[in-house]
Amino acid sequence: MSEHIVPVRIYVTIFLVLLVGTALTVLAAFQDFPGPLNTIVALTIAVTKATFVVLYFMHVRYSSRLVWVIVASALFWMAILFALTFSDYWTRNWLSVGY
Amino acid sequence: MDATTEEIHGHRALQHHFENMEQQREAGTLGMWVFLVTEIMFFGGMFLAYTLYRSTYPAAFASASNHLDITLGALNTGVLIFSSFTMAMAVYFTQVGKQRSQVICLVITLLLGLTFLGVKAKEYHDKYEDRLIPGYLIPGRSYKPEVAQEGDHDPHKLHLLGNATVRQVELFYWIYFAMTGMHALHMIIGAGLLTFLLIFSLKGRFDPEYHSPVEVIGLYWHFVDIVWIFLFPLLYLLGRHLEHG
Repeated sequence: MSEHIVPVRIYVTIFLVLLVGTALTVLAAFQDFPGPLNTIVALTIAVTKATFVVLYFMHVRYSSRLVWVIVASALFWMAILFALTFSDYWTRNWLSVGY
Repeated sequence: MDATTEEIHGHRALQHHFENMEQQREAGTLGMWVFLVTEIMFFGGMFLAYTLYRSTYPAAFASASNHLDITLGALNTGVLIFSSFTMAMAVYFTQVGKQRSQVICLVITLLLGLTFLGVKAKEYHDKYEDRLIPGYLIPGRSYKPEVAQEGDHDPHKLHLLGNATVRQVELFYWIYFAMTGMHALHMIIGAGLLTFLLIFSLKGRFDPEYHSPVEVIGLYWHFVDIVWIFLFPLLYLLGRHLEHG
């Protein structure tokens, strides 16, 4: 068998990391950080947790290059979805066109 | 006769259009990932709507979010993370050929999934009682939350922050029910898939050479977990720091 079997030790570690991440995000939510920092902290923790799930629970770290390309393409198209939509909404007030 | 049928024809689960089990497994995993990309785009549209309306009505989103039950939300996050762990362990035990442990892990994963749905149903019922389900389709309970006045701490009333209005809060609840509802539907489908896995697992259908169904349904289950990892902070935690300020 040529397939990589992820050791139990790694699964347990990731599980604990995810639980700690959940506790951290709840604790951080009750702190009043300046400006948009609350959202940035919450999203950073969520992205970190998701990355651990994708790399280890979903075995992407040990998968073929083709799987990496597919996963990256999802992020790429998400970026297009957000970038093009907000390039519209965020710039609507830049020009006054006399309505 | 020295060679067994398996050595001549390959594994009994090998389909004729694949060279060997490894190629078949990799094709299956790749196909599942392509499907998950479409799922990411599907949920992506709702995350986009969320981002857009949250940036338009920040005070209303914070007020509405603070009405959600943070304890139940955090509990459900823990339940889902635990279920992802047991799902990963089910894949592991299949890969090393321990059928009994594999069955136990699948049963725990299924029970945790059902626990999540039970807690979610309780949360939905609370919102029904507080008249927070948007629209007019709920008989006798159409959207009409009671608004708390200054100094009133009744948790069943809506505590509006800043210039938030009841109508803007309704927009948050549209998005809340759409996103958690679609997520719950994925959980229900996932529970069905796990039941299917469990039946075939009990029949001893999977072994270290053939475990693609466990692996692929595992990928789906982890994906649904990831969606919740984002939904929890975005829906439940966004306005907590303003609550006692």
